[in-house]
Amino acid sequence: MSSTSTATAERPERATATGALVEFRGLRRAFGATVALDGLDLTARPGELLALLGPSGCGKTTALRVLAGFEQPDAGEVLVDGEDITRVPANRRDAGMVFQSYSLFPHLNARDNVAFGLRVRKVSAAERRARAAELLDLVGLPQHGDRFPHQMSGGQQQRVALARALALRPRVLLLDEPLSALDAKVRLTLREEIRRLQLSLGITTIFVTHDQEEALSMADRVAVLNAGRLEQCAPPAELYERPATPFVAEFVGAMNRLPGRLTDGGLVEVAGAELPVDGEIPAEREVEVLIRPENILATADPAGTATVVSASFFGSVTRVLLDLPGGGSVKSDVPSRDAGALTPGVRATVAPARRPVLVVPAAGKGA
Amino acid sequence: MAALTPTATPAAPAPAAPRKARDGGAARARRRPRVWRGAVLFLAGLYFLVPLLSSFVFTVRIPGQGLTFDAYTGILSAEGFTESLLLSLGLAAATILLALLLTVPALVAVRLGAPRLAPLVEIVCMLPLVVPPIALVTGVTTVLRWGPDHLSRTPLYQTFLAVQNESFPVVLVLAYTVLALPFVYRSLDAGLRAIDVPTLVEAARNCGASRPYVILRVILPNLRSSLAGASFLTLALVLGEFTIASLLGFRPFAVWIVTVSGAEARMSVAVSLLSLLITWALLLVLSRAGTRASSAAAPAPPAASAPSTAPAPAASSVSGKE
Repeated sequence: MSSTSTATAERPERATATGALVEFRGLRRAFGATVALDGLDLTARPGELLALLGPSGCGKTTALRVLAGFEQPDAGEVLVDGEDITRVPANRRDAGMVFQSYSLFPHLNARDNVAFGLRVRKVSAAERRARAAELLDLVGLPQHGDRFPHQMSGGQQQRVALARALALRPRVLLLDEPLSALDAKVRLTLREEIRRLQLSLGITTIFVTHDQEEALSMADRVAVLNAGRLEQCAPPAELYERPATPFVAEFVGAMNRLPGRLTDGGLVEVAGAELPVDGEIPAEREVEVLIRPENILATADPAGTATVVSASFFGSVTRVLLDLPGGGSVKSDVPSRDAGALTPGVRATVAPARRPVLVVPAAGKGA
Repeated sequence: MAALTPTATPAAPAPAAPRKARDGGAARARRRPRVWRGAVLFLAGLYFLVPLLSSFVFTVRIPGQGLTFDAYTGILSAEGFTESLLLSLGLAAATILLALLLTVPALVAVRLGAPRLAPLVEIVCMLPLVVPPIALVTGVTTVLRWGPDHLSRTPLYQTFLAVQNESFPVVLVLAYTVLALPFVYRSLDAGLRAIDVPTLVEAARNCGASRPYVILRVILPNLRSSLAGASFLTLALVLGEFTIASLLGFRPFAVWIVTVSGAEARMSVAVSLLSLLITWALLLVLSRAGTRASSAAAPAPPAASAPSTAPAPAASSVSGKE
């Protein structure tokens, strides 16, 4: 807590509760020819859970490692509560981290793993024990203090790692794909628990993931990174509903790319409908239109021109893949109770919902 | 060596897997293979035990006079026994220390900072395997002879003399360190492979630990059994080494045995047998130290039993020399 109080003294207007303000400013980092970070600017607000989302190699892990002090940026700076920590060594950063791979010390049991940082700081044995017990309790493993890492499941190990990361009451919590090595069910429960813990502690958390579902379901805001740059940083709903760039549109959620033609008056003609255009309007008239599957209406119709190719049941919705007469195909999410007639081979009509759509030039980047 | 490497790894990743495999193997091997296993074990046992038993019989039975243990009782009072044994043990301790001090920092550094150098380090460390001791000793002799001629007016001259001090020939430690390098490297490499060094270091750094603290409190404790493995291979090697010591004119244990065998054949064989027992006892102590340490830390990895068979050829090479 001491660190927080000093921060409070310096920047009283910013330090709310325990959450710290984290800023990346113009971060640049290249590994030989590959540019991992290409001028990244990003801010995590005090107490929020910010997810860094992007394809592999987009620089999200590098950004996190720069913040943890394991990677030095070629240019730019990292600020925590307004204080430049770019040159501070990793062991004095005051940021707890949970790693992607299991990172518990194999020779220590869960309690000693959690208390490791306290031991480094020469905290008394009794105090260490008490704090470790408290933290193991917090992550739901009060009975596991004596277990060694190899005696615990992956999920339990990551919980202990989380407890260890929180032991020193860090100002920032860094999660580097902590769930990616776990199986699906554990992943779901653990992500809810991480979120619950993060909210109750009010700690600023940066969560790196390549799993958009994880990012969208947990985070206050999601920052989508591509090729070392920030594409968009917005709350999950906004990211999904109003993607700022074609890359975000295609990376987050499923997306159809349909050939379209711009008409005069800012409309685009696609699949027999005229829709308003959202965002930038390209110079070319021949464009591709980005429409989400749930905004494509498909109905069984013997006179229809599209043909159902396949239908995958996803619970409440069924995703139907249809072949279009002019070549190409389209995905449509149909409520499952209406999808009974849409079996492979059936003729159907396809119509886009009347909503603003994003368009990209026809020869647009095939992201 | 091959027997050592898998066992020296602290069985951190998925300790259940090998157990399962073993159970499955036992189930399959229930009927006929058990016979084969027995046969192979018997043959191997024969191969090791017959020479040992014959040696033992030779030492205690004098044709026409019956049984006598004079060969054994005479050992302690034999001239040079204690000195040569202590010298060998001292050399072994120094060699272990030097070899570990060289390799542990180097291997950890390579894993952390320069993974691309790993093949180079491996080649350098494995090189002594292909250089026969006789070639090594020739080189050492040449240097020792060349040095004083050219350095007689410099302080280095004293160094050359000190290195060849009869009572503790440092030059042997240097040579043995080179010979031990491949074994030490293999053992440590296996240990380091079993842990994710970069991640553990980062995790510890993240908890506020300085670099030396990380090495001492995180890396070394997880390498305990492989450090013990490296140590007892080196110990066996040094106790049994004859060529270099003999050609350089020093008299550690192995050389003493051969010297004695000229005058007292029976006693030299008795000493060989005894040295085998001493070596085994020391190995047992070392491997116990390794397992107790690691069982105190992580109560699973069974590192003790298997390696004790590995150095047997090295130790018995003493008796083989006669």
